[in-house]
Amino acid sequence: MQSTRSRIVHAALGWTVALVMFFPIFWMLLTGFKTEMDAIATPPTLFFAPTLENYAEVHQRADYLRFAGNSVVISFAGTALAIALAVPAAYAMAFFPTKRTRSTLLWMLSTKMLPPVGVLVPIYLLARDSGLLDTRTGLVIIYTLINLPIAVWMLYTFFKEVPHEILEAGRMDGAGPRQELVHLLLPLAVPGIASTALLLLILCWNEAFWSLNLTAANAAPLTAFIASFSSPEGLFWAKLSAASTMAIAPILVLGWFSQRQLVRGLTFGAVK
Amino acid sequence: MFVAGVVAGALLASTAIARAETRLTIATVNNGDMIVMQRLSSHFERQHPDIRLNWVVLEENVLRQRVTTDIATRGGQFDILTIGTYEVPIWAKQGWLAPLDDLPAGYAVEDVLTPIREGLSHDGRLYALPFYGESSMTFYRKDLFDDAGLTMPAQPTYEQVTEFARTLHDPANQRYGICLRGKPGWGENMAFVSTMVNTFGGRWFDMEWNPAIDTPEWHRAVGTYIDLLRNYGPPGASSNGFNENLALFANGQCAMWIDATVAAGMLYNPGQSRVHDKVAFAQAPVGSWEKGNAWLWSWALGIPSTSQKADAARQFVTWATSADYVGLVAEEEGWVAVPPGTRASTYARAEYTAVAPFAEFVLAAIQSADPVKTTRDPKPYIGIQYAGIPEFQAIGTQVGQTIAAALTGQVTVEQALKSAQSATERTMRQAGYR
Amino acid sequence: MPSSAALGVAPTANAPARRPARRSLSTLPFLAPSVIVLLLWMIVPLAMTLHFSFIRYNLLNPALGGFAGWSNYEFLLTDPALWTALANTLLLVGWVLVITVGLGTLLAVLFDQDFPGRGIARLLVIAPFFVMPTVSALIWKNLMMHPINGVMAFVSRSLGFTPVDWFAEFPLTSVIIIVAWQWLPFALLILLTAIQSLDHEQREAARMDGAGPVSMFVFIILPHLGRAIGVVVMIETIFLLTVFAEILVTTSGGPGLATTNLAFLIYMRALLEFDVGGASAGGVIAIVLANIVAFFLVRAIARNLAT
Repeated sequence: MQSTRSRIVHAALGWTVALVMFFPIFWMLLTGFKTEMDAIATPPTLFFAPTLENYAEVHQRADYLRFAGNSVVISFAGTALAIALAVPAAYAMAFFPTKRTRSTLLWMLSTKMLPPVGVLVPIYLLARDSGLLDTRTGLVIIYTLINLPIAVWMLYTFFKEVPHEILEAGRMDGAGPRQELVHLLLPLAVPGIASTALLLLILCWNEAFWSLNLTAANAAPLTAFIASFSSPEGLFWAKLSAASTMAIAPILVLGWFSQRQLVRGLTFGAVK
Repeated sequence: MFVAGVVAGALLASTAIARAETRLTIATVNNGDMIVMQRLSSHFERQHPDIRLNWVVLEENVLRQRVTTDIATRGGQFDILTIGTYEVPIWAKQGWLAPLDDLPAGYAVEDVLTPIREGLSHDGRLYALPFYGESSMTFYRKDLFDDAGLTMPAQPTYEQVTEFARTLHDPANQRYGICLRGKPGWGENMAFVSTMVNTFGGRWFDMEWNPAIDTPEWHRAVGTYIDLLRNYGPPGASSNGFNENLALFANGQCAMWIDATVAAGMLYNPGQSRVHDKVAFAQAPVGSWEKGNAWLWSWALGIPSTSQKADAARQFVTWATSADYVGLVAEEEGWVAVPPGTRASTYARAEYTAVAPFAEFVLAAIQSADPVKTTRDPKPYIGIQYAGIPEFQAIGTQVGQTIAAALTGQVTVEQALKSAQSATERTMRQAGYR
Repeated sequence: MPSSAALGVAPTANAPARRPARRSLSTLPFLAPSVIVLLLWMIVPLAMTLHFSFIRYNLLNPALGGFAGWSNYEFLLTDPALWTALANTLLLVGWVLVITVGLGTLLAVLFDQDFPGRGIARLLVIAPFFVMPTVSALIWKNLMMHPINGVMAFVSRSLGFTPVDWFAEFPLTSVIIIVAWQWLPFALLILLTAIQSLDHEQREAARMDGAGPVSMFVFIILPHLGRAIGVVVMIETIFLLTVFAEILVTTSGGPGLATTNLAFLIYMRALLEFDVGGASAGGVIAIVLANIVAFFLVRAIARNLAT
C-alpha cells in the first residue's frame, strides 16, 4: 500500500498536469461566455458578467443542427464502412499470414502519409465527374478510404492476440473461415473493434481538409461551421470560442463516456 | 424606398413566372457586412418565392481556395461567388465569369464609384457587382496626440509617422507607437507593404515583367517598415493581421494604425471599441512619391459562367448590391452598418454622414485610388496593393514570408529582398513569363 | 528519437505461440475488398498525379499546357525551400514524438498510481485529443500564446518577466508545443493501458526483491512498454508527417520558412498558385518520402509488431 505522503504527492502532480492540459479548453469555454471586448482585455479577465449573446448569435447565423447532423452521419457511416472492410482484411492477415502480409500492411499505412493537398485537384475532378461533390456519400467514401489503413492495422494487432487454439477448435468442428470469423472471432474481438471504431470516429469528426474542400451547402459538417466563424473582419474571439465549444462538445462527451471502452480495447489488443 | 424594392422585385419575379423553385448556392466571406446580407436575404426570398438561397459562409482563405478550385475545374458548385478586385479581371479573362451587361435602369450602375467599377471590369465590361469597397487610411489616438502636444497632419509622411511613433511608444504600459500588419500573406502584410513600396517609388515588376524587388526603392520602403515595427510596434507584430491589430487598437494599445477603411466603422462602434470616442483619422502616409499610398479593394458578387441558374443569380446579385439594399440595411440595422464604399448615393445621404464622421474621408480615399497609374515608374500590371496576375498569390505570400523573417530578425533586409527577388524570378520563369 | 535499440528489448514472451500458418486459398475474398479499394484510392489519384507532374498545368492559366518533361521536378528540387521544408518536417515529427513518448511515459506512470480524483483528472488530460486541429491552433494562438492579451503573456508579466513572442521568436517550437499538446493524450492513453496490463504479481515480486521506484521503472515497466511505444510512434508518425492546419492557422509557414513543412510547401504550390503540375511533383516527392519513412518504420518498429 502506498503511504499517505506519496498519495498526496501523486494527487498534487496528477492534478497539476490535468489542469495544465485542460486549461486551454477551459479558457475557450470561458471565452465563449465573454463579450468580445472582455475576450481581448489585458490582463485577461477571469471574473466577468457572463453573457449568452455569442451563443445566440452563432445560433442565429448558422444552422448548427444541420452541420452537426452532417458530422454525425458522415463520421458514423465512414467509420462503419471502414470497419466492415477492415475486419475481413485484418482477419486474413492475422490468421493466414503470407510473405506479403507485412509489406501489404505497410503499403496500406504509407498511403496515409501523402499530404492530402497534393491530390486535391485529381480527387476534385474525380468527385465532379462522378457527381459526388457536396454530397455526404462523397465524404463517406473519402473518410472510409483515408481511415481504412489505420483500421486494418489496429484490428490486425488485436486479432493477433486472439489465441489460435480457440479458432483451431472451431475449425476441428468443421467451421469454414467465414463461420470462424463471424461466430468465433468477432465476439472475442468486440472490445478491439469498439476502440478502433472510436478512434476512427474521432479522426472523421476532426478531419478538416476534405470536409472543407469537397462540400458546399448540403454536406458541410462542423469543420465548415468553424470556418464560418474564424477570422472575419472584426473581433471574433468570443464568437469563435462559442462556436468551437459547440463543435467539439459532442465528440468530447462521447470520448469521455467511452474512454473506458477505448482503454479496454487497447488493453486487449495492440499494446498488451 | 423599401416599397420601391418590393415593386421592382415583383416585376422581376413576374418574368420568372411558372418556373419551379430555383436553388441558388451562394459562397461568401464571413465578414460582418455579408453576415447582414445573409440575415436580410429573407426579404429577397419573400419577394422571389420561386428562389431559395443556400449559403456557404467561410473565412476568407478557405473561401478563396474553395471557389478558385471550383471555378477553375468547372465544378459548378456555386451560382454566386464573393470575389475581390484581384480575382475578377483575371477570372473574366479566362471566361469563367458571366458578364453583367444590360443591368436594369433602376440599378443605376453609374452610381457605383468609378475606381471600384473599373476594378471589377475586364475589357470595359463589368463582371461582378460590388458589395462593399475599401481603401486604407491612418487611424490615431486623438487623446494621446493631444497629451503629447502632437498634431497629425491631414496627409502625414512616413518620416512624421516614425517621429510620432517614437514619441508615443510606451511599452511599459503596453501601449505601442504603431500597429501595422506583419502576418505573412499576399492579402495581409504585403497589401500594406506594397502601398509603402509604391509611395517610396517602387513597383513589383518592370515593363518586361522582371521582378523589381531587390531595388533601392524596396530597400527604403521595407527598411522603414521594419524600423517602425521593430522599434515602436507591439510584440508579436509578425503574426498580426487586420483582426489582431483591430483588437489591439480597439483595446487602446496602439497610438497609430494604418489599415483598411472598414475598420473605421468598427473603431467608432462603442460595442466593439474602448477608444470609440478617442479615435481620429488621416490619410495613409506617403513617402517620396505621393501616389499609391492607399489601396483599393472591393468584395463583389459574381456569377460563374457555368451556372445553370444565371437569371435567378442575376436577380440576387443586383438586389444585394442595389441602392435599395443599402436602404434596407439602414432601416433594419442602422445607417452606420450599411455596406460602405460602393455607391455615391450612400455618401449623399445626410443620415449616413451624420453617424459616420469618416464617410466623406473614405469616399475621397476610394475615389482617388487608381489601380492603373499608381507607381512612379510604369508598371505592366493592374492593382495597387497587388499585381493582377494569377501568380501573384503565391509570389505575394512567399515575399511576405521573407519580409516577416526580416521583421523577426532572422535575416537582414538585404538578404530578405535578395531572396525574395530570386524566388519571384523563379516563379515567373516557371509561369512562362520569360 | 526513440532508438530501435530501446524497442528491441520489448518482451516477446507473452506473444501467443504461433502455429505454422495454414495456407489457404480462401483468404482472398477477405483481403480483396480492402486491398482493391485502397489500390484504387492509391493508384487512380497517383496515376493522375504522376501524369500531372509531367505536364504544364496551372488551373489559373489554362493557356499554359503541354508536356513539361522533368521541369516540374527540376523546379521543385532546385527550390531552396524544399530542403528547409524537409528538415522542418523531420524536426516536427521527431520532437513531437520525443515529447509525447517521453512525457507520455512519465504521465502514464503517474496516472497508474492511485490518488483522489484520478478518474476525473484522467478525463481532463485526454481532452485535447478530441479537439479539432484548427480549433486547438486558434485557441493556442489567440488565447494562450498571444504576446499581449494571451494567458501565457499575463503569467510571465505577473512574474516580472517579459512576455515571450512565441510565433516570432520560437515559431517551430510553438507549433511543436501545439501539436504535442494534441497528441500527448493519445500517447498517455496507450502507454497507461500498457502499464496497467503489466502483471500485478510481477510488480509485487520485483518490489519484494527490493526494487525501488526508479529501478522498477527502468527494469520492469520500460521494457514492457516497448510495443506500446511502437504503436504510438507508428500512428503518430503517420499523422505528423502531414501536419497542416496548425501551421496554416498560426504562422502560415513563417516567419521566412521557419515553419514550412512539406505539406505546407505543397499547399503553397497547389492552393495559392494553383500550379497543379508543380504540386503534383511535390506530391510524388511526398509519396517517395512516405515510403522511405515506411521502410524505416518496418526496420525499427514493425519488427516488434508484425509477426
